[in-house]
Amino acid sequence: MPPKVRDSDPESIVRFENVGLRYGLGPEVLQDITFALGPSSFRFLLGESGAGKSSLLKLLYMALRPTRGQISLFGRNVASMSRSELPRLRRRVGVVFQEFRLLDHLSAFDNVALPMRVAGARESDVRRHVEELLSWVGLKDHLNSRPPTLSGGQQQRIAIARAVITRPKLLLADEPTGNVDDKMGLRLMHLFEELNKLGTTVIVATHNLGIVRQMAHPVMRLENGRLNTDEAEIISDLRLDEPGIGAGAASAGPGFTRIH
Amino acid sequence: MLRRRSDLPMNEDTLGRFLPWLIAFMVFLSALALAGMLILNDAVKRWDTGLNATVSVQVPPGANAREDEQRLGQVLAVLAAKPGVERYETLSKDRLFDLLKPWIGDTGQAQDLPIPMLIDVTVDRDADLDAQSLAKELQARVPGVSVDDHRVWLSQLVRLVTVIQVLAWAVLGLIALATIGTVVFTTRTGLAIHREAIEVLHLIGAQDAYIARQFAARALGLGLKGGFLGLALAVPTLAGIGYLALETGATMVPKPDLGVLKAMGFLFLPVAVALLAMLTARSTVMRNLKRMS
Ligand SMILES: Nc1ncnc2c1ncn2[C@@H]1O[C@H](COP(=O)(O)OP(=O)(O)OP(=O)(O)O)[C@@H](O)[C@H]1O
Ligand SMILES: [Mg+2]
Repeated sequence: MPPKVRDSDPESIVRFENVGLRYGLGPEVLQDITFALGPSSFRFLLGESGAGKSSLLKLLYMALRPTRGQISLFGRNVASMSRSELPRLRRRVGVVFQEFRLLDHLSAFDNVALPMRVAGARESDVRRHVEELLSWVGLKDHLNSRPPTLSGGQQQRIAIARAVITRPKLLLADEPTGNVDDKMGLRLMHLFEELNKLGTTVIVATHNLGIVRQMAHPVMRLENGRLNTDEAEIISDLRLDEPGIGAGAASAGPGFTRIH
Repeated sequence: MLRRRSDLPMNEDTLGRFLPWLIAFMVFLSALALAGMLILNDAVKRWDTGLNATVSVQVPPGANAREDEQRLGQVLAVLAAKPGVERYETLSKDRLFDLLKPWIGDTGQAQDLPIPMLIDVTVDRDADLDAQSLAKELQARVPGVSVDDHRVWLSQLVRLVTVIQVLAWAVLGLIALATIGTVVFTTRTGLAIHREAIEVLHLIGAQDAYIARQFAARALGLGLKGGFLGLALAVPTLAGIGYLALETGATMVPKPDLGVLKAMGFLFLPVAVALLAMLTARSTVMRNLKRMS
């Protein structure tokens, strides 16, 4: 069971305090967001289309700065960090973008290798880990394929592999199962759980309630730009009624790399 | 840590086709400027050590051979007594006619034409021998004697050459500036084209230096490619110019013979331009990425 972390916990991996976000001069798409997550947390982020799930994740992976409030990652105030400090922080955050954002001119292998190479990993390690992970997500035969030649689901799996290859401390996934069937969806979720057991904090934005029910993790719900955390308990209780995690998909995950 | 593979789709942009040619042109121009400079350098050195120390004295012909003898004798007497004169030598009539042959044709029947007599005078470089006072002194004895001081003429020529060399340096400087400008422009365009991929690299945790390295490696590669192409085009051009110079018998311009050191200088040109391109690309990326975020 993921440990409950109070706002006052100094050990927070993620902490939002009265965070607001607006695009340009538009309305606030996020208002008064306050929450904190400790190590090994696992949360689903729910909300209607346009509710602000992707926007919240963008704040988390530091693609956007909040228009008000304060965000801390790994105990550090993001606003006070210099530009040169950001890369090291970002290497501890894995992201599955909603629109994948793979580099089309690179092979599947090179796309997944990117975070390791950027962090200066040895090329022999890169080869070993990337091949292992790609075969684990069922892309053993597509190491050298370029993303545009692959199906949506295959691209999504490359995006996921790229996000987890360095075994990040914080994993953010935006609709990571939108393009794969339920079986593959569960398999990918178990990859996340594997990481989660090793201490990674995971946030998954999704519309897939089936998976939410089966996985039995607390839920954060965005409504009208506000975060409703009360429901977390309610939905997580559902796990008592659900048959649990799909046993067929459960197999040992790949060994994750640690770069730091 | 230069990998052959680039994380940015640089091979697919048009810059790769455009930059090498520009750099080739730059290197071509700078090779010509450098060659001109080296040749003039050689020429000046040679004139300085050779011709520089001579003065020629021209004695107008008299009415007959006896008068010629007499005039020559008087001039030689003055030269013999003059401090600073190391050596003098009267050119024989035969030599003179040999020298004049190209202009007046075979002079078999012209042996008794009244032509001036020439004396080559070698002067001590350190003695401050003034051609004008020497001329006055000689003219007092033999009217019509003239003195050609090559040194005056040469010092003017050397000054001209110096000006040309300064211009050549200026050309090299301008070429360097043009290279920098071109690379800055192409790199900025590249940053704009690859903006999305660069953002992904940043979000994955790439440092600016990691991204800059990719642009720098690219600029170095394109620079070397273009640079050696330019040099390859310059070599036959220079050989052609050298050949023409020899054909037309322009003896003022020494044969463009290159020593090993100078040849190395030419090989250094494309390398220098490529390094310049690399450093420029790197600093352009670093500056612009800082501004972007
Ligand atoms: N770049 C942007 N510029 C202006 N407005 C934006 C931008 N991105 C998102 N928005 C607005 O912010 C709101 C939240 O968008 P967001 O993408 O976060 O929603 P979402 O919950 O991820 O939706 P979905 O489930 O469809 O992915 C929307 O009203 C959207 O119009
Ligand atoms: Mg979204």
